[in-house]
Amino acid sequence: MARRKTESMSSQQKLAEIVSEHQHREGPLLPILHDVQHELGCVDEEAEAYIAEALNLSRADVHGVVSFYHDFKSKPDPRPEVQICRAESCKARGVEALMDGATKAAGERVKLTTVYCLGLCSSGPNARVGDRLHARLDGAALNKLIENA
Amino acid sequence: MTIVRISNDALARACGADELAAAFERKGHEVQRTSSWGMHWLEPLVEIDGSGFGPATLADIDAILDGSSTKAIGTIVEHKFIAGQQRLTFARAGKIRPTSLEDYKATGGGIGFRRARQLSPEQVLEEVLASGLRGRGGAGFPTGIKWKTVANTPADQKYIVCNADEGDSATFADRMVMEGDPYALIEGMAIAGHAVGATQGYIYVRSEYPDAIRTLDEAIKLCAEIIAPFRCEVRVGAGAYVCGEETSLLNSLEGKRAEVRAKPPLPAIEGLFGRPTVVNNVLTLAAIPHILEEGGSSIYDKLGVSRSKGTMPIQLAGNIKHGGLYEIAFGITLRELIYDIGGGTESGRPVKAVQVGGPLGAYIHPDQFDIKFDYEEYAAADALIGHGGITVFDDTADMGAMARFAMEFCAAESCGKCTPCRIGAVRGVEVIDRIRAGGRDLGSLEQTPQMHNMPKKARSQDEEIQLLTDLCETMKFGSLCALGGFTPYPVMSALRHWPEDFKG
Repeated sequence: MARRKTESMSSQQKLAEIVSEHQHREGPLLPILHDVQHELGCVDEEAEAYIAEALNLSRADVHGVVSFYHDFKSKPDPRPEVQICRAESCKARGVEALMDGATKAAGERVKLTTVYCLGLCSSGPNARVGDRLHARLDGAALNKLIENA
Repeated sequence: MTIVRISNDALARACGADELAAAFERKGHEVQRTSSWGMHWLEPLVEIDGSGFGPATLADIDAILDGSSTKAIGTIVEHKFIAGQQRLTFARAGKIRPTSLEDYKATGGGIGFRRARQLSPEQVLEEVLASGLRGRGGAGFPTGIKWKTVANTPADQKYIVCNADEGDSATFADRMVMEGDPYALIEGMAIAGHAVGATQGYIYVRSEYPDAIRTLDEAIKLCAEIIAPFRCEVRVGAGAYVCGEETSLLNSLEGKRAEVRAKPPLPAIEGLFGRPTVVNNVLTLAAIPHILEEGGSSIYDKLGVSRSKGTMPIQLAGNIKHGGLYEIAFGITLRELIYDIGGGTESGRPVKAVQVGGPLGAYIHPDQFDIKFDYEEYAAADALIGHGGITVFDDTADMGAMARFAMEFCAAESCGKCTPCRIGAVRGVEVIDRIRAGGRDLGSLEQTPQMHNMPKKARSQDEEIQLLTDLCETMKFGSLCALGGFTPYPVMSALRHWPEDFKG
C-alpha cells in the first residue's frame, strides 16, 4: 500500500513537472501529452484529469485529443514495440509477404504495430524500434529485429 | 588518414551508415557525416575525395580504402543520376554537414535571406509572385498570392507554419531537406516572416521522423541569433495522417483534435489561433532562399512548362531499381523517370502500375507513361502530382487489393468530421470486398417487412461496381478535405485500368 502511494506520488510529481515546463507555450497540450506518454508510458484518466485542471480545459476536451492521435495510449503496454510500415511503397516491395512470419516471431512477447510510412520508401520494407529505423528488410532480418526487440 | 564522407540521412542510417562510420573511425580515419546525395539504392554511400562507393558494407571497408572495391561508382557529381538533375532546392544535397553553418555559408547559404532583409516586404512578395512558385505540398496554390493575403490582413500577431507532416507513402523530400539542409528551410521561413510581417514560425514535423526532429532542433538553436527577431520552433505530430491537411494541422498545433476546418475562412486570414497564417510545405519554403537571390525569381520562372514553374523534387520509390530523389524542371515524362532514370523495377519484372502523388493519387497505367510532369496535364488525366512521390508496382501487384487498401487507409486516418469520408471509406471497403466476392446474396435484413423499400433480390457484381462508383462520386464532391475527396482517385483508376483484378 505504501509502495503504491509513492509510485502514484512520483507520477504526480512527473506530471506536475511536465505541465509546468510547457504551460507557458502556445498550444501546450500536444507537447505535454508527448512527454507524459514518454515518461509514464501512457496517458491515463488520472493524467487527463490533472492536465485538464492545469490547462483549464474540460476532461472531455483532453480525452478527445488523447483518443484522436495514434501516438497516445490510454493504458501502458510494457512489451517492446516494433512498428512495421505497410503503406503503398512497402507493399510494392513485398512487406505483406513478411507479415505472417513477423506475427509468429512476435508472439505475445512483442507488440507489432502498423505505421503508414517511415519515409524510406525507396528502400522498404521498413520498420522502426524506438528511434532506430531499419530498411531493406527481408523475412529473416525482420524476424531477427523482432526477436531482439 | 583519409577523410571519409558518409551520409547522416535516416535512410542511410537505416541501411547501416552508423556502423560503417564507426568502423572507419576505428581504423583511424576522419569521418564527416553529410547530407544524402539522394541515390538511395547506393546507401550507405561512402565518399572519398569525390569518388563514391556503395552500397557499402563493413566487409567492403578495406577494399574501399586500398582502391580495389567493386562497389566504386566513380565521381559522384558525374554519376548519370546526379548529372541529369537540375537541383535548386537540393543544391546542397550530399555536399554539406547538415547543421554546419560554415558549410551552409560556403555553399551560398544566407544570400537570399540577407538580400530579402534589405528589400521591403512588398518587393519580396513581388519576387515570389514573379517566380511562379506554387505550393509543393500537393495543391499547387501560388505561394506569392497566399503570402500577399497574409501580408494584407492586419493583425497583432501573424504566423509562418511549415507543414512537415509528410505522411504520403513514396514521399521523403521533406525529410531529406529537414535532415540534410535544415537552414534552407529555416531561412525560407524567416524570409516569409519578413514578407508578411510574422515573427513566429512553427515547423510541424510528424513523429515518424525522429532524425528530422533532432536535426531541426539543433539547427534552430545554432541559428537563432541570425534569424532574430524571427523565432522558430519544432512541434511534433502524434501519428495522425490527416494533419498533413493544413487546417487540421493548425488545430493540432493549437492542441486540439486534428479535425479539418471548413474553409472559408482561409488560414491566410484566420489561421493559427485565429491569426493570419502562412501554411507552406517544406519544399515550398526551402525553394524561397534561391528565389530571393539576385535574379533568382526569373531563373525559376524560366524553368518548367506552362503554369508549372521551376523544379520539382521527384521521389522515386516502391519497386524501382534506382530509387531516390530526382529534382528536375517540370515537363519530364513518367517513362523517362521510371525507365531511363529509375531503371525499371527492382524485381526485374514488368511495370504494372505507378501511383503518383501518394496514397491519394491515381494509379497510372503504362499506356499513359508519356504524360508530362505538369499540374494541369495531370489534372486533365484525372490524376495528381501531389507531393511528387512515385510508387512503382510490378506485375505481381493486385490492384483490387490496392483499391481496397486506399479505402481502408482512408477509414483508418479519417478525422471523422465529415460523413462522406468517415462512413464512405468504411462502406467502400465493404463494397470492394463484395465486388471481389462476385456480388451480394440477398440478406435477411432486406426481407423483413419493415424494409419494404429495399429491392428484394441479390446484387450482381456490376451493380456493386455501380454502387462503388456512386460512393466515390459522393466522397469526391462531398468531403471537406483531400483525404475523403481524393481517395476515389486510386480506387477508380484501379477499377478503370485493371477491372480484371476486381473480378477475383
